Amino acid sequence: MLRYTARRLFFALPTLLAISLVVFALLELAPGDPMAQLPQTISADVRAQMREALGLGEAAHIRYTRWLYQLAVVEPMVGIDALFGTAFSEGAPRLLSWQTRAPVMALLGERLPQTLIVVGLAYVIGVIVAIPLGVWSAYRRGGAFDRAATGAAMLSYAVPPFFSGAVLIWLFAITLGWLPSVYDTGLIVRDWDSLVAQIRQMALPVLVLSVQTTAQISRYMRAAMLDALGQDYITAARARGAPEGRVLMAHGLRNSLIPVVSIVAVGAPQIFAGAIVTEQIFGVNGIGALLVSSVQATDIPTIMAITMVLAVLIVAFNLMADLTYGWLDPRIRYD
Amino acid sequence: MTRGARIALWGLSLITLAVLLGPLLWPLEAGAMNLTARNQGSSFAHPLGTDQLGRDMLARLLAGGRASLAVGLAAMSVSVVIGAAVGVAAGMVRWLDGPLMRLTDLFLALPLLPLLLIAVMLFRAPLSAAFGPEMGLFILIVGAIGATSWMGTARILRGDVMALMGRDFITAARAGGTRAPAMATRHILPNVASALTVSASLGIATAILAESALSFLGLGFPPDFPTWGRLLFDGTESLASHPGRALWPGAMITAVVLCVTVLGDSLRDLADPRGAP
Repeated sequence: MLRYTARRLFFALPTLLAISLVVFALLELAPGDPMAQLPQTISADVRAQMREALGLGEAAHIRYTRWLYQLAVVEPMVGIDALFGTAFSEGAPRLLSWQTRAPVMALLGERLPQTLIVVGLAYVIGVIVAIPLGVWSAYRRGGAFDRAATGAAMLSYAVPPFFSGAVLIWLFAITLGWLPSVYDTGLIVRDWDSLVAQIRQMALPVLVLSVQTTAQISRYMRAAMLDALGQDYITAARARGAPEGRVLMAHGLRNSLIPVVSIVAVGAPQIFAGAIVTEQIFGVNGIGALLVSSVQATDIPTIMAITMVLAVLIVAFNLMADLTYGWLDPRIRYD
Repeated sequence: MTRGARIALWGLSLITLAVLLGPLLWPLEAGAMNLTARNQGSSFAHPLGTDQLGRDMLARLLAGGRASLAVGLAAMSVSVVIGAAVGVAAGMVRWLDGPLMRLTDLFLALPLLPLLLIAVMLFRAPLSAAFGPEMGLFILIVGAIGATSWMGTARILRGDVMALMGRDFITAARAGGTRAPAMATRHILPNVASALTVSASLGIATAILAESALSFLGLGFPPDFPTWGRLLFDGTESLASHPGRALWPGAMITAVVLCVTVLGDSLRDLADPRGAP
């Protein structure tokens, strides 16, 4: 297990480096100029000074190395300082947003909780619903329930989230008036009433996101369960006279969860990226909204930081998926 | 072919025909404004009503469908060509397999939607200048979606090609002196055609969804160039007063994606009946 873990870790680092290079190169090679949005009245030498101040004056590889240093060394130091009250990062240049001149990571820190609450809750609910759905679909394969679940999963893949979100807002917020249509980011849960308000405003975005998750994960769960139910050990368990519930739960479910666990881990960070759209519809002021507004304002340091944070999340969750898979199924460690 | 697949085929053909022939038959133009007939409801002259500038919604829906389907098909072609090239190369050539699969893994680990947003932001102005605002954005969006959605095709094809490479007819072809390019086009590609078709049909669905997501975030086509995603985005603002403006394009996206997905699944079951329900 140790060797397997070490090998996986060894692959994760180059991946991250390569991604950072892709992100940097994309912004570097693009013919678009980050200063293109500035008014024409600014004179050439002021423009040059501004380029200097934004750190655009130097060669690409120097800027890349410095960016990487800031991302991998300075920003974690700041985090450590904030946690333990030390002063490792004093004087070190931080990643600054061009839009607000504030440290990018502080912006991210403000926005991340909003995203985490909505997206995280939606993911957890989606997975919890998906597992029994997939198990029952597989157990009663081809039956009415299975066909209905298959149809529902296909439909929820085909309905884009901004459409289902719009329909839900129209139905529940505008026509029926049961739920608020816009997410109030400033709401602080202090007492019972504000908790109810928070739940009410989270209901629609969480519903939209969790339905997508359920649709995907339940398909994988069904396939894995079908696979498990066709194995000899299921026949053996039945032949021994094990009760059907035990065959299904102890023999079928436990084995079929192995691939599903890694799918769940791999899917977790992708939903952050997917949440960009959902945040936009409901006005959740999270990391996705920050990305969209920075893209519109050509705030390149913020865009790069968000993309890299998402990339780190994706790689970390992939690593976690590999490790849990190797832990649950020792056979694949020796590939 | 199952009943569902047959319905999907009919639905898709109907929508495609309507979108292709509709602008020829329907007299009103998608961009024609009529400020005396703004925000109208459904009537004989405007079956789906008009928008806030008095443009006929049916004409816009048909024009939008043309654009959305064109983006879907073009982006799918890009992604299938890249995916097939990578998959076949990795499956046929042993020393290319490792690097190409690392590349595929790398692309799978990229946060794709943020990168799509960045690509559109950065390349919008130069490509618009080079090819005109509409063609430039079309190239950009098709290229960006295609370049970020080929990984599934590549992985599936690599597996299939590797399995093929061990078969006798490949050994025979090689013994007969067939060179690698001829081998790929004459022996490998015809044998993975079914897997390629399935990827292609699912690729159309992904591409249409991706385009509509970009349009929805305001980073797709310009407002005077309607696609279903753009129409849906414009329609959500007046959801309370005129729900049809958002619901129709949304329903069309859903219908096309659903039909294409059902067809793709059915094709897969035809090609590989073991997995069929």
